[in-house]
Amino acid sequence: MPGDLASALADLKEKQALEIAQNRLDAGDDPLGILEDARRAMETVGKRFENSEYFIPDLIYSGEILKQITEMVKPKLTPSADVKRLGKVVLGTVAGDIHDIGKDMVAFMLDVSGFEVYDLGVDSPAQKFVDKIKETGAGIVGLSGFLTLAFDSMKETVAVIKAAGLREKVKIMIGGGQIDEEIRKYTGADAYGRDAMTGVLLAKEWVGTK
Amino acid sequence: MEKVIDKTQEQLESWCSAPGIEFVSKEAEEAYKKRTRRIANAIQFKKPDRVPLVPMWEFFYARYAKVSGYEVMYNTEIARWATRKTITELAPDAYEPPIFFGVGPILDALDVKELRWPGHGLPFSNAHQFIEDEYMKADEYEALLHDPSDFMLRKYLPRVCGNLKAFETFSPPHRLFAYWNFFDNLAALATPEAMEAINKLLEAAQASSNYTAFLTSFDKEMNGLGFPTSFGALAGAPFDGISDTLRGTRGAALDMYRQPEVVKETCEKFVRILLDIAVPAAKTTGVPIVFIPLHKGTASSPDGTGGLMSLEQFEEFYWPTLKKVMLEVIDNGLVPNLLIEGDYTSRLEIIKDVPKGKCIYHFERVDLHKAKKILGDRVCIRGSVPLGLMATGTPQQVKEYCKELIDILGEGGGFIMDASCASEDAKPENMKAMMEFTKEYGVYR
Repeated sequence: MPGDLASALADLKEKQALEIAQNRLDAGDDPLGILEDARRAMETVGKRFENSEYFIPDLIYSGEILKQITEMVKPKLTPSADVKRLGKVVLGTVAGDIHDIGKDMVAFMLDVSGFEVYDLGVDSPAQKFVDKIKETGAGIVGLSGFLTLAFDSMKETVAVIKAAGLREKVKIMIGGGQIDEEIRKYTGADAYGRDAMTGVLLAKEWVGTK
Repeated sequence: MEKVIDKTQEQLESWCSAPGIEFVSKEAEEAYKKRTRRIANAIQFKKPDRVPLVPMWEFFYARYAKVSGYEVMYNTEIARWATRKTITELAPDAYEPPIFFGVGPILDALDVKELRWPGHGLPFSNAHQFIEDEYMKADEYEALLHDPSDFMLRKYLPRVCGNLKAFETFSPPHRLFAYWNFFDNLAALATPEAMEAINKLLEAAQASSNYTAFLTSFDKEMNGLGFPTSFGALAGAPFDGISDTLRGTRGAALDMYRQPEVVKETCEKFVRILLDIAVPAAKTTGVPIVFIPLHKGTASSPDGTGGLMSLEQFEEFYWPTLKKVMLEVIDNGLVPNLLIEGDYTSRLEIIKDVPKGKCIYHFERVDLHKAKKILGDRVCIRGSVPLGLMATGTPQQVKEYCKELIDILGEGGGFIMDASCASEDAKPENMKAMMEFTKEYGVYR
């Protein structure tokens, strides 16, 4: 019996998931079908995270298994296989702050939830956000920061986006260790999130696919 | 008949009696004793005269005195001036020793890779920041467990210190067993690269000696002026030793699934290592409070969602060895002062399992009512004016928040006022509001 890839991955059964994927590839299965099952599994992972059945280590582990499956399947994919994306998100840790764990988690969850993510990395000056928004036409911006100095960098970034005439074109979310409603107001962002899944829910809400 | 001695009480009494401190005046001596007594009472649930103020200031000293992060990290005279100014003007019940000040020359001599600091990848105005990475690979636990000192020397140090890279060519120190092994085993130190690295280590040693001289003389000066030091040593949670320092969040998370037993074994090993760092240091400084910052066992919401681990993982990987560290700290008469980052509301029932009147829990975020209800008769709670409020709010808002804290947590003692974490970006007027309001409103009648 060919085990179910989606549930093996969603249940974090690494060995089993990789074995099934390999067997299906060897049997000539459509690589896109395998990726589609993996995507469904990640949706389940996201839901479980949302429901507090899963936690950050589970996200990291599922991401690691997914990465191995993707690498396994990649050589067999035809380049034209294009995935439909829900929307574009420009994401980065703001100027002065070099923390990336939270940001990477949000980038990963947005990606597996179907968003095109443009990750600017850490210590990103405001102008870098503006340039990327213009270049990609992204409608969503995510500002990350762990330190309290990020409050001012976030405020500055929102202001520079506004000065560039882009404020009405984008929705801005912020997140990180010290972020709360007080800081959301202070920075002028549209919303804040405590964790990666809140970020995904906000993004989905903003592109109108709840 | 045998008398049961409470070691915590014994150590706190010794601290309160201020042995060996040369006070500048009778008033300074009285102030010092009043302040230590206030804190000792809060810890032991003997109602103090008022809620003690022990602010975790870190780089707030620089902000308050309007000097840069670079200046305090490199110039001990500026650091001394800025720190003294803040302490004497705001008059806390205990001040945080400026452990990150004056360390610039040490970082330079070693070329430390696990940090960025002002002038080294960060603007001069900033404080330092830590760079997490896999400084230990997934298959290296065994080497670490086999001989931690050898692992530190030949694997960890060469990776995190650019100038000690040549240490990786050394032979393991345990090979120096018996004189006949001296003959050939020291040759590895004779290469030009190794000698250069050793010279850099000696340079760092001198800088470290200057740093400890600065801290010691600073403590002496502040104590003499009547201000107690807020902690005397540092420890940590064993799991954080793995997740923060060696494997990184990602690596440690994967290891919990792929090699759980070896992770737990390494946590056990770290119990001994952390205690060996903390206990002698506390005995040397004479300050019986051990600062224990917690990172990777936390959640981001009161119900435990978004956690860096699940409650089950917390109970399996994080809490058992942290508790061992705490109990042994307590057994030495010392008080563990946990700095609990994130939201620990969901873990309160677990972490209440400690002896009464011997710990301080400094929360970053927690449900205040639940914390008081669950811990209120055994653990002294410290905190927690949100940093966001301290950085962007008004003095009036800060006072209102402090009132709420004192009303909920202050009842019956067992509470120390502070911001929720290191308050380097607090507005000075907000810090003043927290200090002044607590001194007025926090009086027990």
